[in-house]
Amino acid sequence: MRQIAIYGKGGIGKSTTTQNTVAGLASIGKKVMIVGCDPKADSTRLILHAKAQNTVMDLVRELGTVEDLELDDVMKVGYGNVKCVESGGPEPGVGCAGRGVITAINFLEENGAYTPDLDFVFYDVLGDVVCGGFAMPIRENKAEEIYIVTSGEMMAMYAANNIAKGILKYASSGKVRLGGLICNSRNTDREDELIEALAKRLGTQMIYFVPRDNQVQRAELRRMTVIEYSPEHKQAQEYRTLAQKIADNKMLVVPTPLEMEELEELLMEFGIMEVEDETIVGVAEAAA
Amino acid sequence: MSDKIRKVEGITKESTEALIAETLAVYPEKAKKKRAPHLGANDPASGSACVKSNKKTVPGVMSARGCAYAGAKGVVWGPIRDMVHVSHGPVGCGWYSWGTRRNMMSGITGVTSFPMQFTSDFQEKDIVYGGDKKLKTLLEEAHELFPLAKGISVLSECPVGLIGDDINSVAKQSAKDLDIPIIPCNCEGFRGVSQSLGHHISNDTIRDFIIGTREYAEPESPYDIALIGEYNIGGDAWSTKPLLEECGFNVKAVWTGDGELEKIAATHKVKLNVIHCYRSMNYMCKVMEEKYGIPWVELNFFGPTKIRNSLRQLAELFDDTIKAKVEAVIAKYDPIMQAVVDEYKPRLDGKKVMLLVGGLRPRHTIGAYEDLGMDCVGSGYEFAHTDDYDRTAPEMPDATVVYDDPSEYEFEKFAAALKPDLVGSGIKEKYVFQKMGVPFRQMHSWDYSGPYHGYKGFEVFARDVDMAINSPTWKLVKAPF
Repeated sequence: MRQIAIYGKGGIGKSTTTQNTVAGLASIGKKVMIVGCDPKADSTRLILHAKAQNTVMDLVRELGTVEDLELDDVMKVGYGNVKCVESGGPEPGVGCAGRGVITAINFLEENGAYTPDLDFVFYDVLGDVVCGGFAMPIRENKAEEIYIVTSGEMMAMYAANNIAKGILKYASSGKVRLGGLICNSRNTDREDELIEALAKRLGTQMIYFVPRDNQVQRAELRRMTVIEYSPEHKQAQEYRTLAQKIADNKMLVVPTPLEMEELEELLMEFGIMEVEDETIVGVAEAAA
Repeated sequence: MSDKIRKVEGITKESTEALIAETLAVYPEKAKKKRAPHLGANDPASGSACVKSNKKTVPGVMSARGCAYAGAKGVVWGPIRDMVHVSHGPVGCGWYSWGTRRNMMSGITGVTSFPMQFTSDFQEKDIVYGGDKKLKTLLEEAHELFPLAKGISVLSECPVGLIGDDINSVAKQSAKDLDIPIIPCNCEGFRGVSQSLGHHISNDTIRDFIIGTREYAEPESPYDIALIGEYNIGGDAWSTKPLLEECGFNVKAVWTGDGELEKIAATHKVKLNVIHCYRSMNYMCKVMEEKYGIPWVELNFFGPTKIRNSLRQLAELFDDTIKAKVEAVIAKYDPIMQAVVDEYKPRLDGKKVMLLVGGLRPRHTIGAYEDLGMDCVGSGYEFAHTDDYDRTAPEMPDATVVYDDPSEYEFEKFAAALKPDLVGSGIKEKYVFQKMGVPFRQMHSWDYSGPYHGYKGFEVFARDVDMAINSPTWKLVKAPF
């Protein structure tokens, strides 16, 4: 069983990419479980055709204690026999979402969700590793492989680099490794070259460049993956290729995150960032 | 198990059920519905639980329960004497659990035993930046200061679990660096409904980190046993261990009262596990049974009748040498115990006791009271499960009230109706009942006394019960209500 965690900046398309990739793996006969680690609980809706699955923490809140919970209450099976679990958690601004992830993963372990017939477990994790809870999926004996979803936009690349820093910390004490960057294209200039370059600096690879296609949104409107909605569409083929690449991937590295200056240099090289003119810093309009 | 069904005058199924209904009547509908299944009239013939248990406490009522951390620190790990036990988190949990359970330790403090308070004393910065580095430093310092400590347990308090510190990874690395066992125990207080989950988590860590990692130096013998679920409260183990040795057994390890890490770690080599507190350690007995084929037997060392039965039950599992020794021991102590009974029974005969305690005492001590002529008219546990209540049914007289995790209100109400001559419970209940003019003994910690286990313990027990009930003080106290 390979356990894989997907990280990346909020809104970059982690959940969409994860579910389409998982659907791709399922379509080539792999047995997969998705564990959504985000209180928004939208990591499984395309597989289950559901608005929102009952989450582990929803039911814990309802029943009062996690001990009263049964695995069947929270694990649903969707497209391609993909097993789906959402950790869930509080609405923004209250409680502790990180603990929700820990509670949910502990619950799954203790109740035998990690059956030996599974080929893959995917953790779809909230945008940033903001606390220990969101690092739970990459603790020892959990995910040992991470893919970062990014695009050619500046903030997405900042986030990718930050995540690489987090991985470095965990890699030094455990077995977790970076498997590559998935570029979820936003149609920015020279995007593939840029992400290739970033991947190289991080010591990893751009495992796949997923082109932008509105077919993804059309499928999402139907709460489906492209793979299920239109298996013959070229975008479905893109995700199947990504799935195959992940299945075949052997390049697992300890990342070498960039210093802020190096990252900015890279962005400047590709014209995403202008060279800073230090003479104008702190000078008010009237004084100029 | 008692052979005949006992009755207490004035207590019938109807009277108990009426009392329960009256007690529940004051509750709002929702609370009543939740509490009702936790109160019942005992049916000894059924041999099964008459109440529901191990559920979340109803909010708004006082509960006597503790937390998972309490179950790990206070019960299972804390009593092991040759280890450093770290309360990982803010200072309060460690401080207020320091020595309060009266699990006594032998040895030289700081050299062969460590009955001290070790804590990582979390501050704001540790919550914000995480406490992993602090823990690593703490472990190094503890090892440097106390190089003779055989190992370190790291017992998580609530905030550690909330911020998601990975103590397992720190423990693993430090264990390698310092070359001693370091056991991470994720026993955050908010986990589970009571201290019971803390016992279970601790048992799991013994399974994962300790058992099978050491061997005994001496050659094996057919009489090697371990005493499980004996915590040496007020010196209990110093009564039961010598008693078992007198019967011809080699008690290779005591779990965990005055316990030694390496002996506990080698327990997979014993021939039989004798368990006293089933609730807190049945998990490891079952693990050792499954993994190493070691059978286990649950015994009772309270009061001469139960001790005698227990020793014979134990002897049945061994050869004639043991049987002969056990009979000799029983013959030796019977007259001594008879003298104790002769002294105290005349003053205690017919007196009534109500209990609300923890792991095993709500059932195991009943026989000792009966040896003194007393009846148990009500009993309950803070954190028991169904299998505990199953075991309790045959021990209690017919139709007496059983209460699971009762509120102070329920407990007081039952006591007001049943008018016990003695209440045996914990520190939170003690002064409530004493102010009501009811004699009370703290039965978690033996009320600064002990031991109560074994023959030696029964003498102390009988004296304490007599002292509580027949103290002339009560004639001078008039409850204002």
